[in-house]
Amino acid sequence: MLKKRIVPVMLLNGSRLVKSVSFAQFRDVGDPVKSAAVYDSQLADELVVLDVTRDGRGWQQRPDLLRAISEACFMPVSIGGGVSDVETASLLIANGADKVVLNSVAYRDRAVLTSVAEKYGSQAVIVGMDVRRDPEGRPGLYSDCGRRRETVSLEDHVARCETAGAGEIFVQSIDRDGTMAGMDIELLTQVSALTSLPVIACGGAGTYEHLREVFVGVDVAAIACGSLFNFSDSNPIRAKAFLSNYGLPFKVV
Amino acid sequence: MIGVLDIDAGNLRSVVNTVDQGGHDVRVVDNGRELDSLSHLIIPGVGHFGAASRHLQQLQLVQPILEFAASGRPLLGLCVGMQLLATEGTEGGTFPGLGLVPGSVVRIPDAPGVRIPHVGWNAVKFHAAHPVFKGVKDERDFYFTHSFHLRADRDEERLATADYQTPLTAIVGRSNVLGFQFHPEKSQLNGRRLIENFCFWDGRC
Repeated sequence: MLKKRIVPVMLLNGSRLVKSVSFAQFRDVGDPVKSAAVYDSQLADELVVLDVTRDGRGWQQRPDLLRAISEACFMPVSIGGGVSDVETASLLIANGADKVVLNSVAYRDRAVLTSVAEKYGSQAVIVGMDVRRDPEGRPGLYSDCGRRRETVSLEDHVARCETAGAGEIFVQSIDRDGTMAGMDIELLTQVSALTSLPVIACGGAGTYEHLREVFVGVDVAAIACGSLFNFSDSNPIRAKAFLSNYGLPFKVV
Repeated sequence: MIGVLDIDAGNLRSVVNTVDQGGHDVRVVDNGRELDSLSHLIIPGVGHFGAASRHLQQLQLVQPILEFAASGRPLLGLCVGMQLLATEGTEGGTFPGLGLVPGSVVRIPDAPGVRIPHVGWNAVKFHAAHPVFKGVKDERDFYFTHSFHLRADRDEERLATADYQTPLTAIVGRSNVLGFQFHPEKSQLNGRRLIENFCFWDGRC
């Protein structure tokens, strides 16, 4: 049986890790390589590293950091943030990424998704979708680290990305990001129903109970957590021990 | 000397790290001439069967790999590297494989509630004993990420499966040739153990 996944998310700003609230108010939360090693020792199921550096960002300038993160991990590592072409995706994969997370480019030039999928297979292509609700509660898609409103609907965007070669959908609630107030279950339910791809849910998990609500109520493959592991006494081992009590399946190693 | 073949299909660095950290001499190889000096060969891959098959042809690696396998030295394919052991693959058209494990690489069957790709940790159920499985318990979880799997022509060459509504081929083997669909280099303790066992294997079953 395929197991559920608990996926720590690391946000990279320059060479440091940060954690945001609603994609702003960055707080320093440590060193990326040391954090990756800690998550590996806690038997996390996968690691997601997103570069959120706002100025002059680029993984091209620091393949050595990516290599160091990868060498600290005996688990899959997904890398993203500002990846807009096949060359950058190839550079990431050559330096230790198992999968790449593409976000803004999926609105501008979906052919890039197709090219990466044709070279590395669809399973290496995660499409990130950042969602903020409008005052009426309708979900809207945002690119460029939550700064640019996209006009395409969630339904159309999911369908187009799936056709273009996406292998997983990483859906993140900007409203819930960093709040630790619980995940947007309605949004996750909607996205899960729109696609036959595995869904990774992100944004708002602040307690193990929040994780349980989502895994029990929504067909998602994984939950990605930032603040939960950054700011509390929680870790992936304890999260999975708690969730196992509710019959949820996790890996045995 | 353990060789890791660079087929321009993804993350070979983590395979090299795993072998290296186990204390073995390891080298990345990218041409057929270098295979002579190796004791063991690993073909890794995060990739696309068609692209990987074309790459083998273009770099004229097919014949040297077949000669390596015929010499009786241990050969291990990982993920797409495992799929390349088959006769042919159907990802992005029909492409030839190495034919070391007769069979074809086909898309995971669609079924209600089955999300493809098959991504994540799944239990590997052994159907046969093998020296490389030593010390690894049955039904431990390994990390998979794939949309296609190898359907072996001979049942006895399918050494392990993972259940995803239908049984997916997790390990194939035929004398000194072995293939894992999952990523041992990304599968923490038991993955490292399999790589370690492979590096000490003499190729005999």
